[in-house]
Amino acid sequence: MRVVIAEDLALLRDGLIRILEAFGFEVVAAVDNGPSVLPALTAHRPDVAVLDVRLPPTFTDEGLQAAIRARTELPGLPILVLSQHVEQLYARELLTDRQGGVGYLLKDRVSHVEQFVDAVRRVAAGGTVMDPEVVAQLLASRAGAEPLGELTAREREVLGLMAEGRSNAAIAGRLFVTEKAVSKHINNIFSKLRMPPSTDDNRRVLAVLTYLNGDDGRQVPARA
Amino acid sequence: MDSSVRGIFREWVRPGVVTAGQGLLTALLSLTTHVALFVLSLASLLLIPVFGVGFALFPVVTAGVRVVAGAHRRLARWGGVELADPYPPAPAGAQFGTWQRFRWVVADPATWRDLAWLLPGAATGGVCLAAFAVPLYGLEGVLGVPLALYAAGVEYGYGPFWPLGNLVQALLCLPLGVLFLFAGLAAGRWLVWLHLAFAGLLLPPTRTAELALRVRELTVTRAETVDAQAAELRRIERDLHDGAQARLVALSMSIGLAEQLVQRDPDAVRRLLAEARESSGQALAELRGLVRGIHPPVLAERGLDGAVRALALAVPLPVEVTVDLPGRPLAPVESAAYFAVAEGLANVTKHSGATRAWIRLGHADGRLTVEVGDDGRGGADPVAGSGLAGVGRRLAAFDGTMVVTSPEGGPTVISMELPCELSSPRTSPSSGTG
Repeated sequence: MRVVIAEDLALLRDGLIRILEAFGFEVVAAVDNGPSVLPALTAHRPDVAVLDVRLPPTFTDEGLQAAIRARTELPGLPILVLSQHVEQLYARELLTDRQGGVGYLLKDRVSHVEQFVDAVRRVAAGGTVMDPEVVAQLLASRAGAEPLGELTAREREVLGLMAEGRSNAAIAGRLFVTEKAVSKHINNIFSKLRMPPSTDDNRRVLAVLTYLNGDDGRQVPARA
Repeated sequence: MDSSVRGIFREWVRPGVVTAGQGLLTALLSLTTHVALFVLSLASLLLIPVFGVGFALFPVVTAGVRVVAGAHRRLARWGGVELADPYPPAPAGAQFGTWQRFRWVVADPATWRDLAWLLPGAATGGVCLAAFAVPLYGLEGVLGVPLALYAAGVEYGYGPFWPLGNLVQALLCLPLGVLFLFAGLAAGRWLVWLHLAFAGLLLPPTRTAELALRVRELTVTRAETVDAQAAELRRIERDLHDGAQARLVALSMSIGLAEQLVQRDPDAVRRLLAEARESSGQALAELRGLVRGIHPPVLAERGLDGAVRALALAVPLPVEVTVDLPGRPLAPVESAAYFAVAEGLANVTKHSGATRAWIRLGHADGRLTVEVGDDGRGGADPVAGSGLAGVGRRLAAFDGTMVVTSPEGGPTVISMELPCELSSPRTSPSSGTG
């Protein structure tokens, strides 16, 4: 699988390359600044891109901006965004095109090498991967909303794991229950939240994240 | 017709009532107190050689003068003229009767300017009575009081007719009354203006006193800022010491131990490495929290606009964000405004019981304006809530102000203003959706 990496700190860039190559990825380009991200992506058309949010020259959110632009110019290009901190606002922006093939993780997660590599693979396959902290923020900011209050603690747990982009099997493994029990929970969640049930994993994740992002018209901040 | 009635009300009646009221109160104050206070001041100064009685008396009389001058300043404000307070606060330990008190009063130029103003002020203030009396007299004529009294056969006079000799004269009282009323109001306005213009020469602080007051204010806010910063640094030091630093020590211990055991006990090594990873994760989480408290990354990345939107998203109720900033404020101002909004929103979620909230950011007349409002139950008190009080202190360091209006039953609106220039309009495109 061919990967393009954008990370300005040499130490982290080399680490990422080492990890990805150890797991059989081919790193076709590794850039260290914002302006070269888009040309690298257009030139190499990788299977997946791993981008740091904060890059030179301005050290603001160049990586994120590049990711959003790349998604409009190369629709469906799978991109995993890494950052030292996560923001609900950024997650929302990454998810706007509702295409899937998007990931947003804290850099810490790279230390769980296998989970990280799994996340890269899921994004490359068109899945959606959200950092547990983003999901926690989403759940916290919707905590007071009516239908969410009806969920049991276990259902809420399942909803959180679903929002992180995990499959039924992964959720079952995490919660030490059977896959059948998980799908029962999921059915309950979908009916309580009045969302159309979906069997397709990727579409399901997007539906959940869209719901949590409040794109049901409840919370639409004005743009200046 | 209706609009012209309203026009007359707006043009004449309301300002007329204000002018007449101002004239009456000014005249009463001037005529009853000024001369007495002037005489008392002079007497207490003359009594200084007599067993020091004057030392104790003069500050007391001066306090009275200041009360009267203060009342004139308030009256001026009612009429829309700002006369600032010139008196610096009394030094500690300067009670009435002490030498320090006397020295503080005598050394203040405002004392002598007030004194110089008392007698001429009594004159300019006294004639302001006309602003009340003449329109009142006019009103008497307009309402037909002389006419009624003439009809009742009472011997009575009005204006130039004294006593009223015939019905024509009695009827003429009506237009005369109108003349008195409007002429009185017009002249009254001018008299009050004259009084205030003269007071404006002596009652406000001198340039030097103004600067001294400003220095005082800056000294206080600077001390508060330095204190707050020192406390902040101590908190950061403690958090680093007890948190991330300790975790890194644990991490390096786990790794060192793993190094020792790598040949003998691979299982234990695996456990130790898992622990090490756990420690590093916690250290990173703590550092993230700390960084967020020092300078939120989203503020660095997106500016105030994006950072405030990010804050709004994290609140468990709908928050409408309106931002109208043609450029970016300076970084310290941005940061202060950000934390002010964060505190305001924290208040909304914790105490208000609101169902919706709003944030408005704007810039006008060289000031950044920030408003955080909610439709909750109100009753927020910036003094009781240390969080909001802290925001007030933080803003004061930038000459900013905070006003909290929160009547019982709501709504609560926190309005903040910070003087600041904006940098040139942003050049980087703002992409993505809200």
